[in-house]
Amino acid sequence: MSEGHSTYTPKNGIERWFDARMPLPRLVYDSFVAYPVPRNLNYMWTFGGILSIMLAAQILTGIVLAMHYTSDTNLAFDSVEKIMRDVNSGWLLRYLHSNGASFFFVAVYIHIFRGLFYGSYKAPRELLWILGCIIYLLMMATGFMGYVLPWGQMSFWGATVITGFFSAIPLVGNWIQELLLGGFAVDNPTLNRFFALHYLLPFMIAGVVVLHIWALHVVGQSNPTGIEVKSKTDTVPFTPYATIKDAFGMMVFLFVFAYFVFYLPNYLGHPDNYTVANPLKTPAHIVPEWYFLPFYAILRAITFNIGPINSKLGGVLCMFGAIAMLFLVPWLDTSKVRSAVYRPWYKLFFWLFVADAILLGWLGSQPAEGSYVFMAQMATLFYFAFFLVIMPVLGLIETPRRMPNSITEAVLEKNKRAGGYPTGAAAAPETKG
Amino acid sequence: MSATDIHDPNRRDFLYVATGMAAVVGAGAVAWPFIDQMRPDASTLALASVEVDVSSLQPGSSLIVKWRGKPVVVRNRTEKEMKDGAAVSLNDLKDPIARNANLAADAPATDANRTTPGKEAWMVMVQVCTHLGCIPLGQEGDFGGWFCPCHGSQYDTAGRIRKGPAPENMAIPVYQFISDTKIRIG
Repeated sequence: MSEGHSTYTPKNGIERWFDARMPLPRLVYDSFVAYPVPRNLNYMWTFGGILSIMLAAQILTGIVLAMHYTSDTNLAFDSVEKIMRDVNSGWLLRYLHSNGASFFFVAVYIHIFRGLFYGSYKAPRELLWILGCIIYLLMMATGFMGYVLPWGQMSFWGATVITGFFSAIPLVGNWIQELLLGGFAVDNPTLNRFFALHYLLPFMIAGVVVLHIWALHVVGQSNPTGIEVKSKTDTVPFTPYATIKDAFGMMVFLFVFAYFVFYLPNYLGHPDNYTVANPLKTPAHIVPEWYFLPFYAILRAITFNIGPINSKLGGVLCMFGAIAMLFLVPWLDTSKVRSAVYRPWYKLFFWLFVADAILLGWLGSQPAEGSYVFMAQMATLFYFAFFLVIMPVLGLIETPRRMPNSITEAVLEKNKRAGGYPTGAAAAPETKG
Repeated sequence: MSATDIHDPNRRDFLYVATGMAAVVGAGAVAWPFIDQMRPDASTLALASVEVDVSSLQPGSSLIVKWRGKPVVVRNRTEKEMKDGAAVSLNDLKDPIARNANLAADAPATDANRTTPGKEAWMVMVQVCTHLGCIPLGQEGDFGGWFCPCHGSQYDTAGRIRKGPAPENMAIPVYQFISDTKIRIG
């Protein structure tokens, strides 16, 4: 759906005054009220809205927490405990923020897997997908730096290990690492700059989100069939259809989120982070936050030199490569069919890939020894094979299922099979109640 | 503008290029302080040297001091630990370079090159794993040297990497014995 005619008509003098000077109400109306969305969107399409609300919630709780936090190595840990014990409702705000980060990642992973399943990255949505990948990268940087701020043992050693990646770069690695840390080890300058950047990056995310939504509204939403919108009967207006569906999805999601905040607030954290950072003692077992575990497993899976690349640089390259794969997906997938609904083999490999990602996550939480290392190596191999072999080859050799001619036809077929609504209501849903 | 102008640079083209170049140089000059401020500052560099009294250190024991935010171990090695370290052939080493800031950059990683002449019992070393910066545990591991709990790297009694993902021997900082019982690190 390229941007068609605006159907906005100012209702009164004030709206007319604004419309002639800065048509913001028109933009909002065209984007969130009259905007046509495919009529067959399922609940997987509510995560965009859920992510927006999580970003807003993180910025809100984060700004308030910053008013009570002190980014000095001597005071940071105590200031966080002060938030937990002394600040009114401080415990709630901090748990909302720390669990909010986790649930932000839960939502983004579902959103990304949704895109991979339904082929949402295919032309003309490549740029939309890449903007999403950039948001994901910014989220990872923000999450990592946020985890350093409480200045616990995991904060400190997580920061040490992750900034250590950069020392793997030949020749300039140590210089870059010292530049990032502002010293020879993680210390006060590091904590201060991480705090400043942790405050800045969410606003950069918000900026890229605007671009992401802009790109979305130029090309229109994809949908479970992967068939482009062809006629007016294929769509319904954003309000009330998508608005209500998004709102219901948000409620269910926030319900689970609230359960964690109130009943399992530390379940997704690590007990070692309630010990103040000690630069002279490494915890027995360093693990990053759960949302980084698959990449951590890939990092540790490379225990061997690859030609002139030593194991350390190899691990770092594979880890960043694992994320880089996402950027290339629009060009790695050679299939002409978008949605996995009509691709039986891709569907199978997609679910194997989901299982592989979860397996890597579990392996990342285990010590890097014995059979875990071998399993991580196999899982890493499959991870890369999925993008670099399965995606390009499957698109060329797979025979897709028969596809309906339009979204409307797909919906009607489905309803006929289910013996659902009378065809009249399904054919013109926007005229009903 | 006629087509010939394109192939015939004139005064205007020169001004465009010169203006563009000046803008690039100006942007670089403005950007540099923003990058430069991230580097270790004067107070961090001022902590560049520490003195350690090692008179209480018996053979087989070690102590750790903080130098530049990192732990530096001083280990008084036993006869056996010294012999173990000296017995290793250079071919068995993953990293054959001494990594000793007091020696040439390409000095081989012999046991003698990992210590100071006349003070072969003493290992003075930045006790930071060369893999991803964890602190290895002393007097542990298959080689009786150091063992890193993070990703399983094993170092021998001369702090050389023998097994696991770490690529290099642990670094030896600039240091000297200023008396028989005092070491200055840095």
